[in-house]
Amino acid sequence: MADKKRAFDVTTLPGFTAIAITAFVLLYAPIITLVFYSFNGGNSVNQWGGFSLQWYVVAWNNEAVQDATARSLIIAVWAAVISTALATMAALGTTRRGKFKGQTVIYIIINQPLMVPEIVTAVALLIFFSSVKIATGYSGLGYLILAHSAFCIPFAYLPIKARLEGMDTAMETAAADLYATPWQTFRYVTLPLLLPGVIAGAMLAFIISLDNVIITEFVKSAGQDTLPTYMLGQLRRALTPEVNAISTALLALTVLILTVFFIVTKKRD
Amino acid sequence: MTKQIAIDARNVGKIYGVGVHAVTALGDVSIAIEQGEFFTLLGPSGCGKTTLLRCIAGFETPTSGSIHLSGRDITYTPPNERPVNTVFQSYALFPHLSVADNIGFGLKMQGKPAKEVKAAVERVLALVKLEDFAKRLPQQLSGGQQQRVALARALAPQPEVLLLDEPLSALDLKLRKEMQSELKRLQTETGITFIFVTHDQEEALTMSDRIAVMSAGELLQVGTPHDIYDRPVNRFVADFIGETNFVEGTVEGSAVRIGTGDLLDVTLDGHSGGVTLAVRPEQVSLRADGSGIAAQIVAATYLGTDTHYTLELGDKSLLVARIQSNSAGGMRVGDAVGLHIDAGAVQVLSA
Amino acid sequence: MSGRSKGLNGWLLSSPALILLLLAASGPLLIVAVYSVLEKGDYSGVRWILSGDGWFNVLFQRDIFDQTVSLADANLSIFWRSVKLSIATTLITFAFGLPTAWFIATRPPKSRALWLFLITIPFWTNLLIRTFAIMEVIRNQGILNTFLTWTGLISEPIQILYTDTAVLIGMVYVYLPLMVLPLYAAIDRFDFRLIEAGYDLYASRWQVLRGVILPIIRPGIVAGSILVFIPSLGAYVTPRVLGGGKNMMIGNFIELQFGQGQNWPLGAALSTVLLLVVLISLVVYTRVTSKDDPRG
Repeated sequence: MADKKRAFDVTTLPGFTAIAITAFVLLYAPIITLVFYSFNGGNSVNQWGGFSLQWYVVAWNNEAVQDATARSLIIAVWAAVISTALATMAALGTTRRGKFKGQTVIYIIINQPLMVPEIVTAVALLIFFSSVKIATGYSGLGYLILAHSAFCIPFAYLPIKARLEGMDTAMETAAADLYATPWQTFRYVTLPLLLPGVIAGAMLAFIISLDNVIITEFVKSAGQDTLPTYMLGQLRRALTPEVNAISTALLALTVLILTVFFIVTKKRD
Repeated sequence: MTKQIAIDARNVGKIYGVGVHAVTALGDVSIAIEQGEFFTLLGPSGCGKTTLLRCIAGFETPTSGSIHLSGRDITYTPPNERPVNTVFQSYALFPHLSVADNIGFGLKMQGKPAKEVKAAVERVLALVKLEDFAKRLPQQLSGGQQQRVALARALAPQPEVLLLDEPLSALDLKLRKEMQSELKRLQTETGITFIFVTHDQEEALTMSDRIAVMSAGELLQVGTPHDIYDRPVNRFVADFIGETNFVEGTVEGSAVRIGTGDLLDVTLDGHSGGVTLAVRPEQVSLRADGSGIAAQIVAATYLGTDTHYTLELGDKSLLVARIQSNSAGGMRVGDAVGLHIDAGAVQVLSA
Repeated sequence: MSGRSKGLNGWLLSSPALILLLLAASGPLLIVAVYSVLEKGDYSGVRWILSGDGWFNVLFQRDIFDQTVSLADANLSIFWRSVKLSIATTLITFAFGLPTAWFIATRPPKSRALWLFLITIPFWTNLLIRTFAIMEVIRNQGILNTFLTWTGLISEPIQILYTDTAVLIGMVYVYLPLMVLPLYAAIDRFDFRLIEAGYDLYASRWQVLRGVILPIIRPGIVAGSILVFIPSLGAYVTPRVLGGGKNMMIGNFIELQFGQGQNWPLGAALSTVLLLVVLISLVVYTRVTSKDDPRG
């Protein structure tokens, strides 16, 4: 040992800290590079041409990007609202009531989108919705909203369930003791206490919907690109820092939402 | 014939943190612990006893001073190279290993052949009377059984010194009493030096050959249980070990005048001026005829064999007396009584 | 509340979520299974005639001239590449993930939250953005090649992009957080006093790692491996962007059948195979982790 007098630290394992630091550097270096080149004044993604916001301006004025962004946001808001509402109900139905028959079945169905490979779900929805499209003649954003709402449910469900499990049932008992009807108990006691979980769930659902590529790619009809599928299409062409600019904007939005998420979930601990 | 010294701690100090945030866990502690001794580190929580134990085990490195094991300096030897084993407060049994594998762990790590490990495990299992539980997992045992496994695991490699970090604190009273005599038996049978950490003075008194009383990172007194109980060096030790009344007084000639004006003829040991007398409740006796120091009974607590009487003296100070219930003869709250103190047993402390 | 009404309320409150999931997630999986045993349509889609061709074509091919049956080498190489890359991804993410999770779990409580946050950001960042970021790093004119040329280690850029190596690097990069998080959860629950006990009983650092830490955090290791292996096996975006069309994995091969390949029954059969492999892994996972808890 180099330093004989150093205290023996039981949590130290040889080389672990070095590998961990390397892992963090490797995780962040590509993202930082990507963000860096979004401010490139030149035309290339790898030749630095001075600091400039020109690619943000290009992206902002690009009609396809505008459309895709609007579509992404519409779908994400709908998906977040629907999935959070349904997940809240399901969490209330499956938590703090003791075990009941078929509970495991409910868990499996709710968490199924986390287990099945996305490509399989995407293919399944492609087959199913293409027949429905032919049968009904409707080919609007409804399919995407429906699909996004479905796979967002488990992401909204988890924080809400965790929040519920941490809540004391004595609160509701006390409310009932003080003459509150079941509805009043829910409205004035359960829901306010549950709110941080619901907000956290909605934020996760929003991010998950906003980021989705594969299912969107398979379900969308012609001309229904979202921001990620638009970018996927762009990657096949000659790259300009415009993609970096769009990526950076999306990244900033994600970090912002996550920060709020952490503050919301931390504050009540 | 002088006894061999097993653990020799010389001026050991431990400071956590730096600058204004520095916390002294150990001041400047020197102890010599003899081979084959049952030695107890006693003190309230935060007194530094566990820090000292962890320095001996090798999990902490002292900021100053040194620790020697059988004459060898082990201050900076890593824990896995010291012939010292620990019985952890939480037992720290490996949940994924059977009782037998837990006990054999140390020998296996030392690279002992499987046959030797097996023989040692069987021997130690018999020693702690757990032969039938060898195949169980720790979670399948009761608290008392887990305690025995922890003990067996630490004994199996036949360490020179066994460290016990409040190992009985998680057990209920009855089990704790059983384990106390069990530990004493194991120590006698194996002849291994035991260093036992506890905050329970009764436990320390019944089990130890010698006790070191610690407070705020300092060593206050080292001695046999008798020394510590009968001749505490200061108020803290007297208060911490057993129940004690403290009576303030002033030396007058060869006696001490206390607040009520009465004179007590005590052994002064060279004290003068203001002193504190440590009076054990059992050294106080009561007389119904009112002779001695005048007092009034203000409370009585029946404890079975004994009764505790709280007495108010002439100067309004309170004193507790412990009287055998069958000799108390109908004294009750409100009675005026005469109080006698067995002056020869009183310990005089500097005020 | 009686047991029966508890269950009824539970089902009633969960039913809207269940209906949506059955409609737009679980239910259509059954259609995939059905399509896998139908006859392929002329351009796309299917004809409603029972046929084993979809499943047959997963492993075999029939020569168009003499009708002889042989193993479909192209398919096999795609399966092999998928399995090989997924196993390699799992092993490499574990090699990086264990020290990383250990590092986070042994930080002081105050800074631990920050390190954990640093791992969750990439986890929640768009998969496509992360794949795109790694693509910029490894492309011929990217920073990696520029750096290596600058150091003089190589004289001209090495072709990494559009190779299996690129796909592997990309998958390790995007799935690393999935390995770190369950490992962190397991290490966080780990009782560090057991390590002290190990050292107290003469174990070396390596013996403590192998004999005490790894066996006890095994549920976390299994969970992390499953969480990385399953999406790797079904990966679509990463091989498509970094593998460049030629270096397909099962996910891209499935897509091909619904796109240019126009063989929906084969695509459906491949999807079913992938689904079955995943389900088997999950069953194994449940078995392994329930065995770890002797009380359960």
